[in-house]
Amino acid sequence: MNKPAENIALPAEEAPLITGGQTFHSITEKIAGVVERKMPKLWLLAFGAAFSFLLVLLGSIGYLVWEGIGIWGLNNPVGWGWAIINFVWWVGIGHAGTLISAILFLLRQRWRTSINRFAEAMTLFAVLCALIFPGIHVGRIWVAYFLAPVPSQMMVWPNFRSPLLWDVFAVGTYFTASLLFWYTGLIPDLATLRDRAISKIKKILYGIFAMGWRGGNRQWRHYEIAYLILAGISTPLVLSVHSVVSTDFAVSIIPGWHTTIFPPYFVAGAIYSGFAMVMTLSVIARKVFNLENIITINHLEKMNKIMLLTGMMVGYSYATEYFIAWYSGNIYEQFTFINRAFGNYAWAYWIMISCNVLVPQLFWFKKLRRTVPVMFVASILINVGMWFERFVIVVTSLSRDYLPANWGYYAPTLWDILIFAGSFGLFFTLFLLFVRFLPMVSMTEIKGVLPEADPHHGAGGVHE
Amino acid sequence: MNNVTGRTIGLIAQFGSSGELIKAAKKMRESGYSKYDCHSPFLIHGMDKAMGLGRSKLGWVIGASAIIGTSGALALQWWTSTINYPLVISGKPLFSFQAYVPITFALGVLLSAFTALIGMLVFNGLPRWHHPLFNSERFESASDDAFFVSVLSEDPKFDETETKQLLEAIGGTNCELLTESGK
Repeated sequence: MNKPAENIALPAEEAPLITGGQTFHSITEKIAGVVERKMPKLWLLAFGAAFSFLLVLLGSIGYLVWEGIGIWGLNNPVGWGWAIINFVWWVGIGHAGTLISAILFLLRQRWRTSINRFAEAMTLFAVLCALIFPGIHVGRIWVAYFLAPVPSQMMVWPNFRSPLLWDVFAVGTYFTASLLFWYTGLIPDLATLRDRAISKIKKILYGIFAMGWRGGNRQWRHYEIAYLILAGISTPLVLSVHSVVSTDFAVSIIPGWHTTIFPPYFVAGAIYSGFAMVMTLSVIARKVFNLENIITINHLEKMNKIMLLTGMMVGYSYATEYFIAWYSGNIYEQFTFINRAFGNYAWAYWIMISCNVLVPQLFWFKKLRRTVPVMFVASILINVGMWFERFVIVVTSLSRDYLPANWGYYAPTLWDILIFAGSFGLFFTLFLLFVRFLPMVSMTEIKGVLPEADPHHGAGGVHE
Repeated sequence: MNNVTGRTIGLIAQFGSSGELIKAAKKMRESGYSKYDCHSPFLIHGMDKAMGLGRSKLGWVIGASAIIGTSGALALQWWTSTINYPLVISGKPLFSFQAYVPITFALGVLLSAFTALIGMLVFNGLPRWHHPLFNSERFESASDDAFFVSVLSEDPKFDETETKQLLEAIGGTNCELLTESGK
């Protein structure tokens, strides 16, 4: 009975970003309320667990500094083990936060507003976890300042031609720029918390960090430019940081590392694993804090689509590596790749393939893309797979390089495992403190995408 | 200034929606006011035009700092490796600029990021933890769901009664006089 034209959904009639008939005030109540109410018991339990793991991390690092990196399973030829794997893995996870906050902002993807704040927080904490590993891997961490170009009586400067030093600058800048971007976004929301605070101490603390924000348009107009430019300069960081990390490998001459595909391959993998982590966290957060109307199933579906895309890019990179190994005619390269799939570490390789290539194929089906338990499990499996990807890259290549006389086998020790497990403690401790004290969704941006935020909306709107 | 505690600082009036706020901003400008501001819980597109404000100049400052950051980083790498301590590493030229690109880029980004945040605060006169606007209890909802126009008494056109009448005439409600001491 309907005319056919009525069935065509116009682009403007996209599903609403925020559901449940929210108003400006209900958004404030919902999001600021999380911070103002007492935390659920679950939070306390989670915090206790996370904090114990953090203590494990601190204890293990203490022992590492005391005893030296000999407590790890590193040997000759495998001089890079879990520490580098964990570093690459954690840095990679950060990338989704920057992609969401910067690239999706510039592309005017308004759905990002529901997830950008905690994705950015995830970036910060993941990069912080990452920075620990190269930091302690230097062994004598009290001379880690050698990495910085400080004039000293030794008269030597760091080697600026080394990818390892590029890393220091790339990841250091990444952390700092992400922190500044995140804080800039927080200022108007901190003002909201300041204005709503009941206790004096909260009012003072939120007030200090809100910097006296008054929300006048004479402030907003500078704010908008600052935010836009921060998004603009963070955008190349999404591509550059993991590219630089990949040069740690690609610039060396180890078979399986010395390839030009590494930068784009690492970046795709980084975004892939990062989105998986955002997914894991948002599924938990929306459930625990009743934010289903703000982080809707549509948001989750969009993230699943990105995971499908980047997962396919990662799978394509795996295939390309094999093709190039064969096509190059380089026997060491060919051996390395056959060894990855059928050698000593084949088990790790096949975990990687099943988690990274097979699992995301679920997301071809709309029904599965919109089923929360499926995406929750898939997101965890993807991050397991991405950890094994770095394991495969680091360990298989090093343990089987040019001369069979140099070959070896690497296995982690208890301390490798404790430090990695402990890094989760740091990550979740920081994340749980973040959801306790700061709004985990940007209130001001969510209000900005509500229909009534538009000056042309409804009665009293501007009509020209 | 003989009665400092009671000195009038300005007026605020509340408006119903972002559309009304834009209309009010236009009328304020047309009536010749210059020291007024429009407060909203989120950024309203089109408000700059309504208030007759141009594009923020902050971008130029950040651009300049990006140039300083990149050239400073390049200069550092050039000077340390060719002048201060020339050291041949794997047979590469002393000034192997290709290898200096990542750090040059990173430091350019780093300095611009700092400039963006600090510049935004400086342009906005922040941090300024105390402001007469905060004396108004009603104004606290400006960061929640309310829209306000504020006019400061520094404005040459400011007049307690006339300005109040104007604000009410253009649709403002809950007009409130701001004084230095609060209520």
